[in-house]
Amino acid sequence: MHKLLLSTSVGILALFGAGVANAADELLELQKNPKDWVLPTGDYANLRYSKLKQITTENVAKLAPAWSFSTGVLRGHEGAPLVIGDVMYLHTPFPNIVYALDLNNEGKILWKYEPKQDPSVVPVMCCDTVNRGLAYGDGKIFLAQADTTLVALDAKSGKLVWSVKNGDPSKGATSTAAPHVMKDKVFVGIAGGEFGVRGSITAYHIKDGSLAWRGYSEGPDSEVLLDPEKTTYLGKPVGKDSSLKTWEGDQWQIGGGTTWGWYSYDPELNLVYYGSGNPSTWNPKQRPGDNRWSMTIWARDLDTGVAKWVYQMTPHDEWDYDGINEMILANQTIGGAARKTLVHFDRNGFGYTLDRVTGELLVAEKYDPAVNWASKVDMDKSSPTYGRPLVVSKYSTEQNGEDVNSKGVCPAALGSKDMQPASFSPDTGLFYVPTNHVCMDYEPFRVSYTAGQPYVGATLEMFPPPGDSHMGNFIAWDARVGKIVWSNKEQFSVWSGTVTTSGGLAFYGTLEGYLKAVDVKTGKELYKYKTPSGIIGNVMTYEHKGKQYVAVLSGVGGWAGIGLAAGLSKSNEGLGAVGGYKALSDYTALGGVLTVFSLPDYALPIVAPAN
Amino acid sequence: MRLPLVGALALSVFMGLGTTVRAEPPGDPTAVKEVDGKWFDAKGDPTYKIQADGAVDWYTFSGYRRYHSECHVCHGPNAEGSTYAPALKNSLKNFDYAEFVGIVIGGRENKQAGNDSVMPAFAENKNAMCYIDDLYIYIRARSTEAVGRGRPEKKAEKPAAFGEAETKCMSAK
Repeated sequence: MHKLLLSTSVGILALFGAGVANAADELLELQKNPKDWVLPTGDYANLRYSKLKQITTENVAKLAPAWSFSTGVLRGHEGAPLVIGDVMYLHTPFPNIVYALDLNNEGKILWKYEPKQDPSVVPVMCCDTVNRGLAYGDGKIFLAQADTTLVALDAKSGKLVWSVKNGDPSKGATSTAAPHVMKDKVFVGIAGGEFGVRGSITAYHIKDGSLAWRGYSEGPDSEVLLDPEKTTYLGKPVGKDSSLKTWEGDQWQIGGGTTWGWYSYDPELNLVYYGSGNPSTWNPKQRPGDNRWSMTIWARDLDTGVAKWVYQMTPHDEWDYDGINEMILANQTIGGAARKTLVHFDRNGFGYTLDRVTGELLVAEKYDPAVNWASKVDMDKSSPTYGRPLVVSKYSTEQNGEDVNSKGVCPAALGSKDMQPASFSPDTGLFYVPTNHVCMDYEPFRVSYTAGQPYVGATLEMFPPPGDSHMGNFIAWDARVGKIVWSNKEQFSVWSGTVTTSGGLAFYGTLEGYLKAVDVKTGKELYKYKTPSGIIGNVMTYEHKGKQYVAVLSGVGGWAGIGLAAGLSKSNEGLGAVGGYKALSDYTALGGVLTVFSLPDYALPIVAPAN
Repeated sequence: MRLPLVGALALSVFMGLGTTVRAEPPGDPTAVKEVDGKWFDAKGDPTYKIQADGAVDWYTFSGYRRYHSECHVCHGPNAEGSTYAPALKNSLKNFDYAEFVGIVIGGRENKQAGNDSVMPAFAENKNAMCYIDDLYIYIRARSTEAVGRGRPEKKAEKPAAFGEAETKCMSAK
């Protein structure tokens, strides 16, 4: 095995060769190579854009499966594999197996790592035992296990190098997100907002797994890592105890704000970006105040963890609109000025564009016209409610109160988009966003907290928006102005991450199991193929031996699998005879397969011979 | 704590985790007796009562709410199952009230190839245990389709006895 690896490409030699430079240089260089997919997010900026262009709008119709691999697990399969040189690294849901597959040998297993975990972690994983993938850096593959153990494996052998425990599953803390390597640190989040877990982001030193810093989402400034004078919120210092002041008593200790999304990094600013989730419980009456800093976009210094700026999107959440979705660091020209922007499609249905240097709010518009819980985000800088959503009373579960069913709130708790990451194309300047088109009735009620037990406190029912029978859209979004450019209807929520390519294509998967390719300019569907199970994984692309490949995990599950498997509650109402909505289980069953596509040899573009 | 819970706790001592005791089906769900707004079948197990106008008894409604807080994140909306956990409206056809309570208290593990599932023990969870009969009654009503999908449109008034028992159970240490 050793010999095999070393005898492969130059890329691998550079990777595993002696005297590897520090991780920062290594990853910055590696992610520039479009043949590889070295980060779970594609690159630090989370653009999910590939410069590969062998597969184009002209030839994509001839795309075909090249090979496939069964993971051996039947659960929701989120995330995507990594490709580094001649090796693909693939993860699974619990029990979180890691495979290293030899791309020179039709995906032969080079090594396999299966951690031993107490299965009692399974039932404290809200919404399926998903895992969103691996990270690479410093010659190691990093896995964040369900039980919150972060392990570093030798990329060559799969041998354990170090491991560290990040949280306590007996109190409901679990890990579902991919770890992220940035510069010389490995970052992990925590899940468990439905169990009253206090959210945090933790940075470990890549060499030995020792703790660099941990920043909580709520609590004292010293633990949230806020500087009352220097950390800003909409351009002004947050002041002392900015989190503590917005909670009643010590509720912040079980306050949620978990951190299970995708992280991004701007090396020039040395800032790490991510979002925090819903405050616990789902019953807003039980936790008065703005509940800072749940539902917040964070910009933290990579080395110290201290926040440069924060922006809370949904103060005092009343609908479970977790703010964890990815932050896409695209540079755009807005109003004639070049800006370093951050674009974020929140669960709450607003697409936000911020200046990522300062945290200034530039654009906040609805990216699904169905969104109704707020009329708009107040953009008037002189207004006392500047930057806050203007909540519509009718849809306010706080104002309607406990034991009252607030009806017709859009979006549903799963958001206009969940964690499935969007992508950006510098060729069009647009964002490609997988969305949910689902509304809900939401009734909060009193619950008591028991460590390690669900701490939910609301019941909800979901259904398509009035007059519609489809529950998803795949949209192109102009984040400079906050407008939908085109929108493709999908019968079910689009729960897969997308990738855009220099070939003029955007790829995504559907819950029925289709891999689809559309023209980035028009949205025209150019290719589809039904994989073995519903897709909640992210599409990725890489090149090997002169051929471009597109890969995606199928394996239905996650919250989509739980909420939609048997159909939505009111799905049969108000749709008329034509709109007969069917349960997802009528289309697909459990699975766990990676399908890898390429152009057949006869369809490869003809390359002019060199002189 | 209410009586059924005490009984259930005693029961769990005998049954333990992952029990394989031969299960009894729940039997005829017809409500024959009412105590303070809660209905019981001929065996004395809790059951639902649907009025001619479709109004459900309070416990069925309460079970609907608690189910969609404590149970549905695994077992799916309307007790119809998910990719993750079985449809309880079907499971409940195979065992009776006593076994239901035992499973909720003690948890259970099911091992199937590539598809292990684990249900936690809810013994310490007041949000489940204070409403154990409510949950059983709701799922039982779903198992016979006496109650359809979604939120019951009409329901009986909350019985005074329910409120008292709820407050006592939820505030017990």
